[in-house]
Amino acid sequence: MEWEVVIGLEIHVQLTTKSKIFSGSSTAFGADANTQASAVDLAMPGTLPVLNEQAVKKAILFGLAIDADICRDSVFDRKNYFYPDLPKGYQTTQMDFPIVGAGIVEITLSDGSTRSVRVHHAHLEEDAGKSLHEDYQGMSGIDLNRAGTPLIEIVSEPDMRSAEEAVAYLRKIHSIVTYLGISDGDMSQGSLRCDANVSIRPKGQEEYGTRAELKNINSFRFVERAIKTEVLRQIELIEDGGKVRQETRLYDSDKNETRPMRSKEEANDYRYFPCPDLLPVHVEQSLINELMAQMPELPDAKRQRFETEFGLSAYDAALLTGERPVADYFEAVASSAGDAKLAANWVNGELSASLNRENLSITASPVTAEQLGGLIQRIRDNSISGKIAKQVFDALWNQEGDSADAIIDNKGLKQVSDSGAIGAMVDEVLAANPEQVEQFRGADEGKRKKMLGFFVGQIMKASKGQANPGVINSLLNEKLGG
Amino acid sequence: MPNHTIADILRGLEAKTFSSEEITQQYLDAIAKHDSNYNSFITVTAEQALTQARAADTARQNGSAGALCGVPIAHKDIFCTEGVRTSCASKMLDNFIAPYNATVVDRLANAGVVTLGKTNLDEFAMGSSNETSFYGAVRNPWNTDCVPGGSSGGSAAAIAAGLAPAATGTDTGGSIRQPAALCGLTGLKPTYGRVSRYGMIAFASSLDQGGPMAKTAEDNALLLQAMAGFDHRDSTSMDLAVPDYRAGLNKDLSGLKIGVPKEYFSEGLDPEIASAIEASLDEYRKMGAEIKSISLPHTHLAVPCYYIIAPAEASANLSRFDGVRYGYRCENPKDLDDLYTRTRAEGFGEEVKRRILIGTYALSSGFYDAYYRKAQQIRRLIKQDFDEAFKTVDIIAGPTTPNPAFALGEKVSDPVTMYLEDIYTIAVNLAGLPAISLPAGFTKGKPIGLQLIGRDFDETTLLAAAHQYQQRSDWHQQAAPGSV
Amino acid sequence: MSLDQNDIAKLARLARINIAETDTAELSQRIGDILNMVDAMQAVDTTNILPMANPHDAVQRLRADEVNETNQREHFQKIAPQTADGLYLVPQVIE
Repeated sequence: MEWEVVIGLEIHVQLTTKSKIFSGSSTAFGADANTQASAVDLAMPGTLPVLNEQAVKKAILFGLAIDADICRDSVFDRKNYFYPDLPKGYQTTQMDFPIVGAGIVEITLSDGSTRSVRVHHAHLEEDAGKSLHEDYQGMSGIDLNRAGTPLIEIVSEPDMRSAEEAVAYLRKIHSIVTYLGISDGDMSQGSLRCDANVSIRPKGQEEYGTRAELKNINSFRFVERAIKTEVLRQIELIEDGGKVRQETRLYDSDKNETRPMRSKEEANDYRYFPCPDLLPVHVEQSLINELMAQMPELPDAKRQRFETEFGLSAYDAALLTGERPVADYFEAVASSAGDAKLAANWVNGELSASLNRENLSITASPVTAEQLGGLIQRIRDNSISGKIAKQVFDALWNQEGDSADAIIDNKGLKQVSDSGAIGAMVDEVLAANPEQVEQFRGADEGKRKKMLGFFVGQIMKASKGQANPGVINSLLNEKLGG
Repeated sequence: MPNHTIADILRGLEAKTFSSEEITQQYLDAIAKHDSNYNSFITVTAEQALTQARAADTARQNGSAGALCGVPIAHKDIFCTEGVRTSCASKMLDNFIAPYNATVVDRLANAGVVTLGKTNLDEFAMGSSNETSFYGAVRNPWNTDCVPGGSSGGSAAAIAAGLAPAATGTDTGGSIRQPAALCGLTGLKPTYGRVSRYGMIAFASSLDQGGPMAKTAEDNALLLQAMAGFDHRDSTSMDLAVPDYRAGLNKDLSGLKIGVPKEYFSEGLDPEIASAIEASLDEYRKMGAEIKSISLPHTHLAVPCYYIIAPAEASANLSRFDGVRYGYRCENPKDLDDLYTRTRAEGFGEEVKRRILIGTYALSSGFYDAYYRKAQQIRRLIKQDFDEAFKTVDIIAGPTTPNPAFALGEKVSDPVTMYLEDIYTIAVNLAGLPAISLPAGFTKGKPIGLQLIGRDFDETTLLAAAHQYQQRSDWHQQAAPGSV
Repeated sequence: MSLDQNDIAKLARLARINIAETDTAELSQRIGDILNMVDAMQAVDTTNILPMANPHDAVQRLRADEVNETNQREHFQKIAPQTADGLYLVPQVIE
């Protein structure tokens, strides 16, 4: 039977506020355990929450970015359950009146096709602390530094039909929140976390199958693998006559398998009700207007602009706009180089390969946008060939000089176009290879073209790559033809 | 010392008739000597009180005295006091030394009060008789076989017994007014949002409000002045100017329109209380007030509505008591589940557990609409009754309780009957209004309370109406038989 | 409205309160009494009545995004049942 995969994602995004959503504790990552847990965060008796203005503004910005309705009077609710990383015994979240209503996100797949994924809503809530399972006297340790970090939870409709689409959607959300500057999007630190609801149904069937919820799949790669693994599990299960259970499962990346979470086996009843310690969050139109005015250019708009303004291919433009720092870097290179296409080739090519090789983000690139722009200028004015340019790039990468010009000067890499100097090299090469010269002269037009490459290569080698290829070609033709 | 009011003490301190240290020592001696008869204190902070008193005496000499400098008072043991056990009368917090001060405690300290100690209450303020305390029941100084009311029963008994001139209380469904009525005191529940709830251990967050308890309306005004005001730590605290309450005590009340709800005089009301209230209304007539009959048609729904909303909020508010970060933890939990279920079973008393279970039920899936949502809708109807009434009257008057203090143990086995004793006080919390209870007579030797309910944030009129009545009556000056 | 033993057990489970089996009968009786009292609400037609969660029609005040809390770990953990290395200790948490 042919199966259709149905996926919905719940994405938790930590907002980049200085202080927590309901207290004045720092949200900085990596502090010593419980040093950023105030009386409010510890749920000391008698303490009360007061809402952080920036958390609200950042949530609204997200809503505006996905063209969603902003709830003008959103309400915080209490979600009741017991867990040691949840100090109050309830999570303060939003249920019936989330701050961000339905919105839409466009995704682009690798074949260039696009799809829309509907966002059901996004709500503000507080993060929980962390349980550390290393053995402390046979017990678990609880660190509440993270408790109260502001989150938005972005809940999609079950609109995705493959693991690839799910990853594209997750990347798009990542791209939107980092463009907006409302989150650092760092999945390795848990700033962006993803749960996936996965089900399958026979192709053509309208009714959804029973879904499993995959928890905490925290890298783009694992999202794809976890979903694929879960889909295979469900298909095998059903084809063997079994039934999918509605349950929460944990993805084990080491074993590449999903398994039920023991702590979630018990059916829960969260008893949501409006939090009486917080009043409705009223959003004025003026605030929406103010945030609208602050809205930066978003990935889709930027991609289109790169295509029209710079004449880039859809593929290049998509690559360059996936992450805002890459787009910013590219624009800086393009403006300093004066050639956007070359800039795109270099950023997507050599630079991207080097960054990947050393596992660096573009913000940590040893080659600055200005340096790369300077390098491209020298290619454009024929001071260096493409081949030499790569050499100069490597030297910049290794911090061997402050600029392309300095490196070219120091190493004497400037392209030689002087026909006298190149002519002498041509003569030398022809003299050293009489057999090949003989063969060339006896060959027909088609073969000659191929053989010419041999001589060019030899001369380039002799010039250490600095000879202008155009000059070499014309001199060779002249001398061999003679 | 007998029958000292805060105003008396301030006069004595100003005139140097006595020092704060002297009067504080007198109260501490009285507590040591007599509180075993009442059990009104859970913790007495004698040493700290004397240190504070000496500091107050110095401040007064230096001319840097706050408004209540050197006045000893007691705090209901529901307000967090840094470095001092804050138990909420629960085994759960028997070992809880609060790591911070409630805003109310800080504000009163800034005004210069001296804290004698922490008073007894119903466990987590859940009760109307002060019989659910982990530290034992409190006795009513007017009749020690009777309850003092609750939940601020310890504060009420301490004042009535002369062990403190005044105390803080909290009122979720009548917990200041009912014990004030049953112990012959004046107690004010301010408008919701007038006094910060920060550091006041939550029972039902949308109903709880801290307030003063004392012998006179004037003392209530003095205490409220120090307690009230916006607090940036409490989102439900209102950013409104606080009027000068003492200055307002003598505001002209001629032409004041007093509404008397017919529902507050229906069956179940003790006839002697009814006639005492009628008599006090006559007094108001003589003072130039106009008495009007009004109707609050949803009065009978206040208790049912409250017994869904309060337990529902409490069920979540009390989830933090899990044995992880502070408070009681059961011995040798064998796993996480055992830690939770045994800590909470052993740490909470029966009434608290019962209310948590009711609240859990009211919020649980399938019952939310029929109970919680319904109660919230009824709450609006009750509020609308008051809104309607305040279109034609300035304050509302009636009895605080249908009966005087009842015998210890009398209603313990019948919670519903006990809950119904709060019929006149509960609607006020649901609507968020201010209300004051003041002494208005006696029946069989037990005090009767008159309740005045005001418009939102109009504590001034209530205090003035109570004060001016107290200028013409002496019920509030009567001393309980065994009092110091 | 009355609750049977199973109902009580379910509520006790949700509330994480151990209830001895010998206590459930009395508890269900008392809770039943309270629910009967509360049922007076059901006689009222509340169609189109907006639920009221808070006494005032006020809106949430927002706090400026400022860090104003300092590390008070030692102070707070003095009153904790069990800690080690700055962590609160609980019986093993199983995921």
